[in-house]
Amino acid sequence: MRYIKFLFQNLVKMATLLVGVSIVAFTLVSMSPIDPVQANVGTLGYMRMTPEKKAEFASYWGEDVPPVERYLNWAGDFIRGDMGISLKYNRPVAEVVSEKFRNSLLLMCVAWILSGVFGILLGVIAGYYRDRWQDRLIKGYALLLASTPAFWIALVLLMVFAVWLQWLPVGMNVPIGMAAAEVGFLERLRHLILPAAALSLTGVANIALHTREKMIDIMESDYVLFARARGERGGAIVRRHALRNILLPAITLQFGSVSEIFGGSVLIEQVFSYPGLGQAAVDAGLGSDVALLLAITVVSTLFVFCGNLIANVLYGVVDPRIRRGGYER
Amino acid sequence: MKDKAVGAGRIKNMRRRTRVTVVCAVLLLAAVLVAGVLLGERAVQTDFSRKNVTPCIPYLFGTDWMGRDMLARTLKGLSTSIFIGILASAISALVALVLGTMAATLGKGADAAITWLIDLMLGVPHIVLLVLISYALGKGFWGVTVGVALTHWPGLCRVLRSEILQIRESTYIGVARQLGKSPWYIAKTHIFPQILPQFLAGLILLFPHAILHEASVTFLGFGLSPEKPAIGMILSESMSYLSTGKWWLALFPGLALVLVVVLFERIGNGVRTLLDPASAHE
Repeated sequence: MRYIKFLFQNLVKMATLLVGVSIVAFTLVSMSPIDPVQANVGTLGYMRMTPEKKAEFASYWGEDVPPVERYLNWAGDFIRGDMGISLKYNRPVAEVVSEKFRNSLLLMCVAWILSGVFGILLGVIAGYYRDRWQDRLIKGYALLLASTPAFWIALVLLMVFAVWLQWLPVGMNVPIGMAAAEVGFLERLRHLILPAAALSLTGVANIALHTREKMIDIMESDYVLFARARGERGGAIVRRHALRNILLPAITLQFGSVSEIFGGSVLIEQVFSYPGLGQAAVDAGLGSDVALLLAITVVSTLFVFCGNLIANVLYGVVDPRIRRGGYER
Repeated sequence: MKDKAVGAGRIKNMRRRTRVTVVCAVLLLAAVLVAGVLLGERAVQTDFSRKNVTPCIPYLFGTDWMGRDMLARTLKGLSTSIFIGILASAISALVALVLGTMAATLGKGADAAITWLIDLMLGVPHIVLLVLISYALGKGFWGVTVGVALTHWPGLCRVLRSEILQIRESTYIGVARQLGKSPWYIAKTHIFPQILPQFLAGLILLFPHAILHEASVTFLGFGLSPEKPAIGMILSESMSYLSTGKWWLALFPGLALVLVVVLFERIGNGVRTLLDPASAHE
């Protein structure tokens, strides 16, 4: 019962935050000196719009409608699934977002899993060999990567593997000049390797450092001391005592890092011209495609909240004290 | 007895070493800042007789397709980044201090509102928020600076809030209150000195993030205008020349950026160790 209440509280909080985000985002977009109606009058998408659609567009963004009314117009249609027309892509926003999101999701999932697995692995090794050369190496790598911009890593990978060694394609998710439908799964995979590698390389740092701290705590604990006294050695200690205590918090942390993975994917998609949500967001921002920009903001926020919600629920599973005491202090 | 003396010697060394590291890092950053300002002219100078030079002795970082010296451009770009970083993180840290203090002292309503705001800021992916803010301000220098300044306070704010909440529970605050001291007096003499180390270290540790995000937003095309050399701009321009094998256009400016970020990280951690009395014996 308490658990359901805990879940419910989280969901309510999520809903209010989502409304807050949409208001803030809408206000920011409206503040812009760039008038979306003016900026898009010349574009093909705007010229092809029916008069009703033009009226709808003006009711969201027109200068002569009061801001609160404009927000309500937009939000009302948004909830009903009508996110407006993307002028940049000349298609309904909902369609663009779902297509791009699927591309991004593939990239983010692969990177998320890879960075999680390697992060935990490196963290365990570093914590186990605390202050020895293995630890120094891993810690140094993690700290250095934490100060390296994701897009630069992507550029370096691109230079080495695509330009210099020519092992992998330079960008996009399909070969140039081919329709998306006729591209095989393997070809898609080949285009995914570099972006996913770039994204996971930077994602590893945070989780590795956290796992290392946790591992050090565990190695100093009484139960590990007792296990050693019983004659257990390296591998057995890690398997029987450390991993069980590390895995859940680490997975929880990884769910909480969805926001960073998404941020990284925006930059990396730009480098590899990978047609995902991040690239669409940049296009929308640069091309004053306000409907698309707002939709992406809301969708990506929802995505991050889902990650955080799973993290919160998992915290409850891991640590009953949090479940009982509600969330936060 | 002997052991103790040896231990004390090492402690001194440790602290001295941290101090030396911090001073060196600050000097190096100052040098980059000054060099960037001095080299401003050279950074934009084009000379088509020396275009696309691979790195060599007169041009350590090579030159680009317009014959501009990449070392000068990089230094100029870094100094712009450092300047924006300092400005933005100072504003961010102040916002964090004010909101954190308000959340911890003004009662439940204010606390709930500010916690909600923090969750809101942390909920939107950072880059998306930066894109939105810089779009709202019509891009350019102010778009980036304000964007970075407005998005980096939540983390530090959270830390300061819980710190102040803890301090408020202590007995001497209770005694001061019983003595009839005003809230402002208590904040000034009992709370602020206590959170100063956290605040300063937090402020400095905001720089690396601020600079990385400035570079990222500029890289995406929302930041500084193309004619201004900024690291993000240099890297995004280099993208069109990578496939023709001009690796130095991206490699060295990126490395320089990483170096600056690492230096700031070092300073921040050093300052925290030096100011924190609990780690005086490490």
